[in-house]
Amino acid sequence: MVTRVPPPSAQPRSRMRILLASGAAALALAAGSIVPGMPLGAAPQQAQAADNGKTTLTVAVAQSVDSLSPFLAQRLMSTSVHRLMYDFLTNYDPKDNHTVPGLATKWEPSADKLTWTYTIRSNSKWSDGQQTTAEDAAWTFNKMMTDEGAATANGSFVANFKKVTAPSPEKLVIELKQPQATMAALDVPIVPKHVWEKVGDFSKFNNDTKFPIVGNGPYILTDYKVDQYVKLKANKSFWRGAPKFDELVFKTYKDQDAAVAALRKGEVSFVAGAPALTPAQAASLKGDKNIKVNEGPGRRFFALATNPGAQTKDGKKFGDGNKALLDQQVRQALFLSIDRKTIIDKVFQGHAVEGQGYIPPRFSDYFWQPSDSQKLSYDPDRAAKLLDQAGYKLKGDQRVGKDGKPLDLRILCHATDPNDKAIGKYLKEWWGKLGIGLKVDCRDDVSVPWYAGEYDLAFDGWSVNPDPDFVLGIHTCSALPAKAKESAATDNFICDKTYDELYKKQLAEYDPAKRADIVKQMESWMYDSGYMNIIAYPNAVEAYRTDQIKSITTMPEAAGNIYGQDGYWSWWSAVPAAADGKNGSAADSGGSSTGVVIGILVAVVVVAGGGFLLARRRRSTAEERE
Amino acid sequence: MTADSTPALVQNADADTDGRAPAGPSVARDAQARNIKVYLQYVAAKIAGAVISLFAVLVTSFFLFRLIPSDPVKQMTGGRRVSAEQLQSLRHQFGLDQPLWKQFTSYVGDALTGDFGTSFQFHTPVIDKITEALPATLLLTGTAYVLYTALGIWLGTRTAWRNGSRSDRFNTAFALTLYSVPSFWLGLLLIIVFSVGIGPIPGMFPTGGLESGGETGVAYVLDVAHHLVLPVITLVAVGYAQTLLVMRSSLLDEMGSDYLTTARAKGLRDDVVRRKHAVPNAMLPTFTLMFVNLGHVVAGQILVETVFSWPGLGGLFYQALSVPDLPLVQGLFFVFATAVILANTLADVLYPLLDPRVGR
Repeated sequence: MVTRVPPPSAQPRSRMRILLASGAAALALAAGSIVPGMPLGAAPQQAQAADNGKTTLTVAVAQSVDSLSPFLAQRLMSTSVHRLMYDFLTNYDPKDNHTVPGLATKWEPSADKLTWTYTIRSNSKWSDGQQTTAEDAAWTFNKMMTDEGAATANGSFVANFKKVTAPSPEKLVIELKQPQATMAALDVPIVPKHVWEKVGDFSKFNNDTKFPIVGNGPYILTDYKVDQYVKLKANKSFWRGAPKFDELVFKTYKDQDAAVAALRKGEVSFVAGAPALTPAQAASLKGDKNIKVNEGPGRRFFALATNPGAQTKDGKKFGDGNKALLDQQVRQALFLSIDRKTIIDKVFQGHAVEGQGYIPPRFSDYFWQPSDSQKLSYDPDRAAKLLDQAGYKLKGDQRVGKDGKPLDLRILCHATDPNDKAIGKYLKEWWGKLGIGLKVDCRDDVSVPWYAGEYDLAFDGWSVNPDPDFVLGIHTCSALPAKAKESAATDNFICDKTYDELYKKQLAEYDPAKRADIVKQMESWMYDSGYMNIIAYPNAVEAYRTDQIKSITTMPEAAGNIYGQDGYWSWWSAVPAAADGKNGSAADSGGSSTGVVIGILVAVVVVAGGGFLLARRRRSTAEERE
Repeated sequence: MTADSTPALVQNADADTDGRAPAGPSVARDAQARNIKVYLQYVAAKIAGAVISLFAVLVTSFFLFRLIPSDPVKQMTGGRRVSAEQLQSLRHQFGLDQPLWKQFTSYVGDALTGDFGTSFQFHTPVIDKITEALPATLLLTGTAYVLYTALGIWLGTRTAWRNGSRSDRFNTAFALTLYSVPSFWLGLLLIIVFSVGIGPIPGMFPTGGLESGGETGVAYVLDVAHHLVLPVITLVAVGYAQTLLVMRSSLLDEMGSDYLTTARAKGLRDDVVRRKHAVPNAMLPTFTLMFVNLGHVVAGQILVETVFSWPGLGGLFYQALSVPDLPLVQGLFFVFATAVILANTLADVLYPLLDPRVGR
């Protein structure tokens, strides 16, 4: 075989060509550093005024959107966006959570408590220019009442509705089957009838086909990329006044450390923890002069729940909960041997408030505290006495029941929650000193053993709304499953006549003060029962850049959270920091040529491997002939 | 045409010195035809095997994810205000109230027509969710694949050829060290150093995502490329060692061979011996590895996609598993398995063309 030998000069030239091509590719990779009009390293989105003078507030969120349809969305991220896109009938005051006007300016019940009449404001317009009327609200509720797909997310709000009508553009009338005190807390986005009546299958329509999406909230959704971002622009004609930022972007960061890095850099203005920044992240951010760590009372409680004996609605028992926990003295003994202060200090590292009543203190109207005589404070000696009285005597280092069996318990823990695991270790130690054995059973998904009633204790927690009806309702007999092991609305199988009667009473009580009093009685009963023991109220820990956000409303206003509020106050009220022509972040130090060089070098390293291989053309010579 | 029909004159003319007639053109053609037939039979067997595997995957995916002790409806609505009626309605909507055999038959029936159902949590056809996230994954893992394969082959060849030298020891140790580094940790480190900036190094790359949003045309391409740099570096850093080691060990196996001694004895230059004689033979195991890795390109990289908030299949699979969103998780599992099966089948089909000993 005769091989044609290229002239010697051709070889380096071709190699040079390929190397140059590699270099070009590398430059392309690094080119983001030199995007026209953007200085090197500048954040792609920043609150500072850009060339067009637009101010943008970028929020790093952990969740992605599950659906942009308010009829389907379950995730907090999506429902937070809906709060901004669509007005609700009512809203909650950021100072103290009391109900304030939203789309409705007034609401009043009839004398028989079964009819509510809402006055719909006349100064709210949809973003396509059409007037918002009572007909939109009536249509929204009726759709949820008659279409299973439309009831997916918020069906529980209309479960007690008999009839909804709009006798005039300003009047909305809702007739109820039973009195319902929560009618000023209907957290349902009202959608434009003229747009949504064209939707066919509500169970499949995700409201992500046509932008901008027609809405009447403080912001209008203009763009959405799955798993990446949601962009909204200020609704300049919003009846409460236009937001101060021109644009609001929710950017998905799946890793919280990366989100914190983005905040440091100035790429985002705000980081919403999922559910909170870790103590280490908060501590590290506190050292940055342009970053404010916002810590306020959270809306969650962290609790220990006991299995009171799983049963169906018709009283059929199932599950294998330890019988010892059916004794109130045993339950109380367990809680007397929990040192909450240690848990707050060591596990939550100070980022939580010691638990007392069922409703967190930020909801001042419903917050309840046990009296001194009622309080189950840390008292291992009293716990030991209670166990003795209940018939669980100490034999050696074990508590043994009347049947001679040792008292060994299991606790369900969320494998994904480090707090559960850490507290589990403490409980093992504290209860071990009392002679009680404990197995900490951590699962990725606790719902299966939980709903099968196959647990003794479980770590529990809920986010509480300004209206407490829902978190109270999950402990009623009607929330029990119809069939054994089937998932149901119940939290942990509590079913008690006293509690149920109080629940019905509060739901039918339209006087806020009287209702609050009944709710506190329920909390008192819950505390004494020992079925639910509130260990802590974890704080909301978030952070934002003060060089991008001048001021922002927390909820409660005195000290509270920013992300996931019961309302749109934070993003609606946020004021941009005065544009001073430079980014606050040290990372955004402008177009230094060093940066360009290093950027290109890094990119070259990436491409050079492949490029160099390609560049190695065969050096054919006469010697290769065989 | 057979050898018997070959003209005698031609046979005589072609007879060599010891009187044996070489095979005529028709014999060669016959042999070629036989080889093609054998090869086609081999390919058909491989494709049949792949089809059977795919069906097995389809069946397995259904039961595998139902072994996860979980209640999708409860997980999805966790912490939300839902009534028992709503829960029941959702179970009905998702078909979870049907007997298992009925769920299975409708799943297989629909899957055979390309319908993997609708995602529980996204209320979108599974196929749409997958096609939405697939390009991002292919861009990230595909780019990384090309780079780490090329780098691994090149460095593997170099290190083997200089076996025992300082550069061999350094390169191998360095590659193994990077191979041992958790990808998410390395990713975070790169974000801190090259994205936020540290000391004299300014922040040069975005902290995450695929794009800034709002860019079009060339600016969009540059923006995506800019976002691509750090995740690609992460994947290449932790990924090239595997190719390097396979290439290195297979080349070391070849290095003592007689044919290389012969080649050197003929006076060929060292790099010619390496490139023309040693490397092609040593490439066979690497070739297999390349196809194995190619199959995994589609599956994405959950950890790296998470750290860099990359909107690909890896992250989608994680979201699907956490519910578990059964239709989505089944669909993704099927797509991942299909990619691996197809890549392996392709390797099987191409291998005899590289190594005639295979498939006979």
